[in-house]
Amino acid sequence: MTPSLIALAFLAALALGGGLGVVISRNVVYAALFLLVSLGAVAGLYLLLLTEFLALVQVLIYGGAVVIVIVFALMLTRLQDFAKTRDHHQWPLGLAAALAVLGLLAATFVVFQPAVHPLQSTGIQELGNELFVRWALPFEIASLVLLVALIGALIISRADRGE
Amino acid sequence: MGPVLADNSIYRDVYSFFVGFMPHQLWWLAYLIAGLTIMVLLANAVLLNTAVFQWMERRLLGRFQVRFGPNRVGPFGLLQPFADLLKLLLKEDIVPEAADRFLFTLAPAVMAAPVFLVLAVVPFGKNSYLLDLNIGLLYIIAVGTLSTMVLFLAGWGSGNRYALFGATRAVAQLISYEVPMVLSLVGVLLLAGSLSLVQIVEAQRLPFLLLQPLGFFIFAVASIAEMNRGPFDLVEAESEIVAGYHTEYSGIRFGLLQLGEYAAASVPAAVIATVFLRGWANPFVPLGWPDVLPSHLWFFLKVFLVLFLFIWVRATVPRLRIDQVMGFAWKFLLPLALVNIFVTAIEVQLWRQPTTAQLWAMVLVNWVVAAVAVGGLSRAMERHRRRPTASVAPVPISVEVR
Amino acid sequence: MEDYLRQYGLLFLFTGVAIGIPASMLLVSRMAQLARMRPHKPSPVKAQLYECGMETIGGRWNQFNIRYYFYALLFLVFDVEAVFLYPWAVHFKKLGLFALVEMFVFLAILVIGFVYAWRKRALEWR
Repeated sequence: MTPSLIALAFLAALALGGGLGVVISRNVVYAALFLLVSLGAVAGLYLLLLTEFLALVQVLIYGGAVVIVIVFALMLTRLQDFAKTRDHHQWPLGLAAALAVLGLLAATFVVFQPAVHPLQSTGIQELGNELFVRWALPFEIASLVLLVALIGALIISRADRGE
Repeated sequence: MGPVLADNSIYRDVYSFFVGFMPHQLWWLAYLIAGLTIMVLLANAVLLNTAVFQWMERRLLGRFQVRFGPNRVGPFGLLQPFADLLKLLLKEDIVPEAADRFLFTLAPAVMAAPVFLVLAVVPFGKNSYLLDLNIGLLYIIAVGTLSTMVLFLAGWGSGNRYALFGATRAVAQLISYEVPMVLSLVGVLLLAGSLSLVQIVEAQRLPFLLLQPLGFFIFAVASIAEMNRGPFDLVEAESEIVAGYHTEYSGIRFGLLQLGEYAAASVPAAVIATVFLRGWANPFVPLGWPDVLPSHLWFFLKVFLVLFLFIWVRATVPRLRIDQVMGFAWKFLLPLALVNIFVTAIEVQLWRQPTTAQLWAMVLVNWVVAAVAVGGLSRAMERHRRRPTASVAPVPISVEVR
Repeated sequence: MEDYLRQYGLLFLFTGVAIGIPASMLLVSRMAQLARMRPHKPSPVKAQLYECGMETIGGRWNQFNIRYYFYALLFLVFDVEAVFLYPWAVHFKKLGLFALVEMFVFLAILVIGFVYAWRKRALEWR
């Protein structure tokens, strides 16, 4: 029962509990909060995998930006029943889909038996080298993806104004 | 078996003190006590700093406005913040029935947390810090971004639509200024080559204030906007949307929101002091020379200098409108930050291991670029503003009457 | 690994302290209420929301400006860009001219998008 195992169990429970909370909760803002908790727990899992950089990027992008985007998108919907939305008629289908995915993942692990490597720290040193020398082309394509996202956001916000 | 304590002198002293008389198996307890000691020190320092800053602001604003600040409660009004805290503790706790009780309680409690978390990685003296993360600067940005969500929860939890409206506007302002703030630090990183704050302090042969004037300017202004203070405080001004996101909070809940706001001023002050003013070191002499003042004192002097700058700006510059606030962030600060990155990257590429003469050349170039960029861009913006946006045909004012 | 975990363990503990201090202030205030030092006289007028002294009209806020959503998305795009800029800046002295040009291309692509948004007057408020 090493400390890292305890931390892993705690963070995994938090991530799963957060995910469950997103799906189950009645109040939409609570769902966004549960999402924040779940994404934070994933950041903690990245920390356990010795990738501090990725953990902080997770907190920064997901916790800081994506959750805000989601909350603003929620507020664009009609607010009368904001706090009381509850659409659980499809929960058997959702449960079946989740169990199917879980079964698929478990089967993959059992059949392919991926090798377990000892953890090595992926510091920001190797990251810089890999990202900008070896994977330079995907990096540039990422900028194109961001450009497309920017133009898309522009079009969405202007279409609503009817311009 | 014990921890690697590196250079942290506070840890080393407390740890070695306790490990001296504890049984060998309980070394982790000594480490824990050492950690807790620094935590208590840090927490107290933050709270005291907040109280002093609040006092300083009220007195200084009074002086700027040719009046005394509070001067009745204790000598020079020094006990005023504590009197205010006591008053707020004893006020009735009114929770509106439309409010979300959980969020209404959570938001004030979590408001001050990012402040403590950020100041955990800042070295406040030579070899004095709680943590030295390899990625300290990115950690500061990440934790700072979380505070926007807390603010939104505070507005939402009130159940008051004006509070929600104020909170949404505040969040829009915060995220708009987050971008130039983050980009302005890239110049510092190019020069320092490390995200760890301890190493950034040691990498400053010249204080980065000289080498990165644009970066300092952008970061300082963006931080003032991030704190919703100074000329960017329209989301909580009394004459505007009542009191913004903290309309419905009373008593200690309001006190905690205010605590979070005043404590949040210490964060950019500490970061600016560390990153631009050379942290705990004497800014005027080369590193390694003997110091005239202890390092902690240097650090606090710099922090209070920056806080004084914030108060000065608040007292001097009038409040901006919301469209001016947003335009300033996106159309002025962001292009400046990009210019800063371009220029600094080219400079570092040319002079990778600069000698002192080359460093001073960089200083000259950067200041010239900063002056040209700020002047040029502001003139361009003003010319753009003066140009009529719609074509208006001249209409005769009066018809000739015979 | 142990040191690393210990470091973050301390951070976790410090988060607890950071939340505990304001929570304890809330608790002290609550205890002051129990000790009769803090008044507790709820009334229906006090429980109403504040609307400049008038009765509240209508429900919650209905018209949410799409402009906020655009700013949030813009922030997201530039945040991701900053995430790429940080490791580049830290490594810059070790990478060559290639990395400089590469990042300039990256920034140029995003600047094109940004200038487009500016020209289309999407950066104006309302």
